[in-house]
Amino acid sequence: MPHWLQLMLDSLPSLLWAALIFTVPLTLLSFVLGLTVGLGAALGRLFGPKPVVALVRFYVWIFRGTPLLVQLFLIFYGLPSVGILLDAFTAALIGFTLNIGAYTSEIIRAAIGSVPKGQWEAAYSIGMTWSQAMRRTILPQAGRVAVPPLSNTFISLVKDTSLAAAITVPEMFQAAQRIVATTYEPLILYVEAAILYLAMSSVLSALQTRLEGRLNRYGGFLEARS
Amino acid sequence: MIGLANIGKRFGDNLVLKGVTVAIAEGSVTALVGPSGGGKSTLLRCINLLEIPTSGTVRIGDETLEFRPGVRVPTADIRRLRLQTGMVFQNFQLFPHRTAIENVMEGLVTVLGWSSQKAHERALALLEKVGMAHKADAWPATLSGGQQQRVAIARALAPSPKVLLCDEPTSALDPELAQEVVDVLGQLASEGTTMVMATHDLRLASKIAQEAVFLDAGVIVEQGPSATLFGNPERERTKRFIATLKQEAADKEAGA
Repeated sequence: MPHWLQLMLDSLPSLLWAALIFTVPLTLLSFVLGLTVGLGAALGRLFGPKPVVALVRFYVWIFRGTPLLVQLFLIFYGLPSVGILLDAFTAALIGFTLNIGAYTSEIIRAAIGSVPKGQWEAAYSIGMTWSQAMRRTILPQAGRVAVPPLSNTFISLVKDTSLAAAITVPEMFQAAQRIVATTYEPLILYVEAAILYLAMSSVLSALQTRLEGRLNRYGGFLEARS
Repeated sequence: MIGLANIGKRFGDNLVLKGVTVAIAEGSVTALVGPSGGGKSTLLRCINLLEIPTSGTVRIGDETLEFRPGVRVPTADIRRLRLQTGMVFQNFQLFPHRTAIENVMEGLVTVLGWSSQKAHERALALLEKVGMAHKADAWPATLSGGQQQRVAIARALAPSPKVLLCDEPTSALDPELAQEVVDVLGQLASEGTTMVMATHDLRLASKIAQEAVFLDAGVIVEQGPSATLFGNPERERTKRFIATLKQEAADKEAGA
């Protein structure tokens, strides 16, 4: 067996283990939490009173306008100066959640806005309340529009979790770095890490395709046709 | 049974309705006609409060709501009045993510809290009535415009509203498909469904409406039995408008 393959196989369990207990949970948790924040922020921006709208705009401005790595450093290394001490995983989770929340809020806002006004009126005309109309009529249609851009964000997130290595979270990329430190084989180990990230992204892309297929089964928005 | 008194509606500086008063008897069909921008759609939408009147009183059955400039009417009151109505839209506005029968069931299950079995039975009966039972499980996007509009009529009728409001129900349809919608609405009218419709379609209006209201520039120019208003209008403005509609209809007929 060639040396490089041997090394890859030997290090595979460490990398997979790090992925399993850090990369995957960090990705899933921060996406679910981020999506929740994003939905709340989108609704606040669309339907909230002026102060809420201003707050959401400020939040999105800050988290979209500064590098994710800088945000993570601020939370993990900066906040202790004002007495807020977080362990690395929590700090990463907060950073990713807020970052994802900012991006997804814009996606969700646009998706809700894309549902024709007539759908609101149809829902109201059969007696629905605002929240019934939102839940039963608007969000299901907005969801369909939002899936491709949300998938983009999700796939970016899987890869971006590697930044958590910089704030000492022992996720997959950091596991690779540690092995490089003892074997001096950066090319082999980083190629291996890249392949594993590619594999995770590919799984997500496949899931996206299936989800889109499901959501597309009813055809598009209805145009008046005769 | 439906009373609109002194309805005023302002969009910014634009006064769209200037104190309109109409009474609609139970079991009657009333056509709102008039030029585009004359206020007929706005008036119709003031009945189910998709537009909130700036001033005036809306009464449906026992429910009465009064509107005054600057006074917000509670949404619960608006909903209570709206529940007495059903609406059919120009562009159908079926829920695209629900099948035909799910569209009809939606109000019964979500709003009225019916069991889905009971709602399914009623929805199927209504689809039967509009001749769409065979398409109960079809997605709206796979239906023709006329079929979509018939499903939309069933959806509007599902919660047994006191009045069916139709906003240009045939305008988005070619003559042949419009005919199937006119037939369904005509059948409902003969069964005593109270209807108010805003329409340009003289064939629709003269076939099924007993009463007609001619609106222009936010005021009622003339109202009365539809046969009189369409056949022998009093006012010069009405005469001109009806003549144009007839000319258009004849041109269409000739073209088709």
